[in-house]
Amino acid sequence: MTAFQSLSRAMLFGYLRDKSALFFSILFPLMFLVLFGGVFTGSGVSKSQVVQVGAVPVLDRAAGELGDVLEIKKSNDLAAAQDEVKKGDSVAVVTQQGDALRLYFSAADQVRAATVQGVFRQIVTQANSVGVPQKYTLATQQAEDDSLEVIQYVTPGLLSWAIAMGAAFGAAATLVTWREKRILRRLRLAPVGTGSIVGARVLVSVVIALIQMAIFLSVASLPFFGLQLADAWWMAIPLIIAGTLTFMAIGMVAGGLAKSAEAAAGISNLIVLPMAFLSGSFIPLDSAPGWLQTLSNVFPLKHLNQGMVDVMVRGQGALTALPELGIVLAFGLVIGLIAVKIFRWDSI
Amino acid sequence: MGSTIIVNDLRKHYGQVHAVDGVSFSVEEGEFFGILGPNGAGKTTTLEIVEGLRQADSGTVEVLGERPWPRNHKLLTRIGVQLQATSFFERLTAREQIRTFASLYGTAPKKADEMLATVGLEDKADTPAEKLSGGQAQRLSIACALVHDPDIVFLDEPSAALDPQARRNLWDLLRRLNEGGRTVVLTTHYMDEAESLCDRVAIMDQGRILESGPPAALVRGLDAVTRISLETGTISVAKAAELASPDDVIDDDGVSLTIATRTPAVVLTALAERRLLTGLQVRGATLEDVFLNLTGREYRA
Repeated sequence: MTAFQSLSRAMLFGYLRDKSALFFSILFPLMFLVLFGGVFTGSGVSKSQVVQVGAVPVLDRAAGELGDVLEIKKSNDLAAAQDEVKKGDSVAVVTQQGDALRLYFSAADQVRAATVQGVFRQIVTQANSVGVPQKYTLATQQAEDDSLEVIQYVTPGLLSWAIAMGAAFGAAATLVTWREKRILRRLRLAPVGTGSIVGARVLVSVVIALIQMAIFLSVASLPFFGLQLADAWWMAIPLIIAGTLTFMAIGMVAGGLAKSAEAAAGISNLIVLPMAFLSGSFIPLDSAPGWLQTLSNVFPLKHLNQGMVDVMVRGQGALTALPELGIVLAFGLVIGLIAVKIFRWDSI
Repeated sequence: MGSTIIVNDLRKHYGQVHAVDGVSFSVEEGEFFGILGPNGAGKTTTLEIVEGLRQADSGTVEVLGERPWPRNHKLLTRIGVQLQATSFFERLTAREQIRTFASLYGTAPKKADEMLATVGLEDKADTPAEKLSGGQAQRLSIACALVHDPDIVFLDEPSAALDPQARRNLWDLLRRLNEGGRTVVLTTHYMDEAESLCDRVAIMDQGRILESGPPAALVRGLDAVTRISLETGTISVAKAAELASPDDVIDDDGVSLTIATRTPAVVLTALAERRLLTGLQVRGATLEDVFLNLTGREYRA
């Protein structure tokens, strides 16, 4: 085994055998998930209500059969109807111009969105089957939506927070403990490059973060919670890796400042927990005052959150998260440089 | 035989404190060398500069022909450094600890397991390092220092905080360290440890080396008295004075009668002829007397 491999192994075992670390990085955030996702689970859309804007003759013809599946509400204001979808009060908006039907749906509740789209496809197919050639067309479009079902929102948020906390604590605690126990000093007297030591710690933290992610997503996807992942959810993996690096750097700074492992944990907590609130990890910032929304941009967690929500549940394309990924990495780079600056091998 | 370590006029100060104040010594290849002194004498700082952990303010250090500062990879593979008893990776077993250290030096796991057996910890291989007793942890840390078969081993107060029994057991292990020509450098504040283990000691106090040489030679060089004590009542003070030389000092504290003499042979022969040896104890000078003689104060570790 190389030095890098054996140090990684040593750190991973150290983590896996530490019950309190396991609790705080995995079970504790899961408790929040259960709390938020479970308690508020019923607060999504209650009925599959579809808003019909203007006259939609195709729908009128099929209305008799639709009563059980959809509840149709009529309106003349497209913008207001779209707002309703965005807020989650309705599942979709339908309009008809000539022979073209247009369906705006919300990605927040993907099961209902899929049902509604399926139903409308069927309506259009039926309408078309009466006269050949095919007359009616259906275009579907996602209504830009800000309000997600609670589980859809809290999963990426809590996951970002859990990753941030795990990475920061892990780095801070390892650094301080190893310095206090003079393991760093001992490593300095072994022919090992700093790169191997730091690299091993990064690898272990990333592995832990991915384990956190896997467990989190598995639990949130249970039918009881009903998380629906969007297509580009895998983009969360690079985001999580970038977030891990950034928060490790924050942990390194905390560990550099702290004199004991307890102080390091305290300082990391003091940084990460308020940041999680102000970055919208627990509660959406949409209804927060404007100044707070502006302020939140100075926190790396806000950008990690944003990217995660976009790709995991809002159904945005993978590429849309690239700017957030870049911002998180830039934070990591700057904080990392500070961490290197205040790094001490020894406690004296 | 060349010198393995050459230290010349080493100085290091922290603020106003001169931790190391002009220290020079050299260690021969295969030697068991001890740096002895009370806490705060500057032993550990000296050792850390020699190991390459700290930079000296001035003076030169040469270890195996290399300079240890700045961090010298060529040297690191050839020296072994003992950890403090608690300096282990968290939550790893004894075997995992030593195998991890072995891999840092590119040493095979098999060698690591053998080393564990050498220090008598094979039956503790699966015990987490935190659960080892003080003596066992210290043996493990020495095993970790030796696993890559270094030319020089540095031991910083290896028996500190051990009970007397564990210390004796550790000494047996330490005595074997320089078999096969390995050089050992040890710091200690235990006089008896230095006397028992070291080929040569340097006595250090307040950042300076006061004296160095083989322990026995240092003691002999003192020209100190030998204390012969007997059970009180075996002989009266007056009778004792007759046997002893005129300038011997005789003292009876009600438990023991002690004759401090520079001619122990004469006194002992006289006592033996009269069959007055009840409770006989003969104590020569120790390194503590050397320290007392050098500094004018009692040795306090």
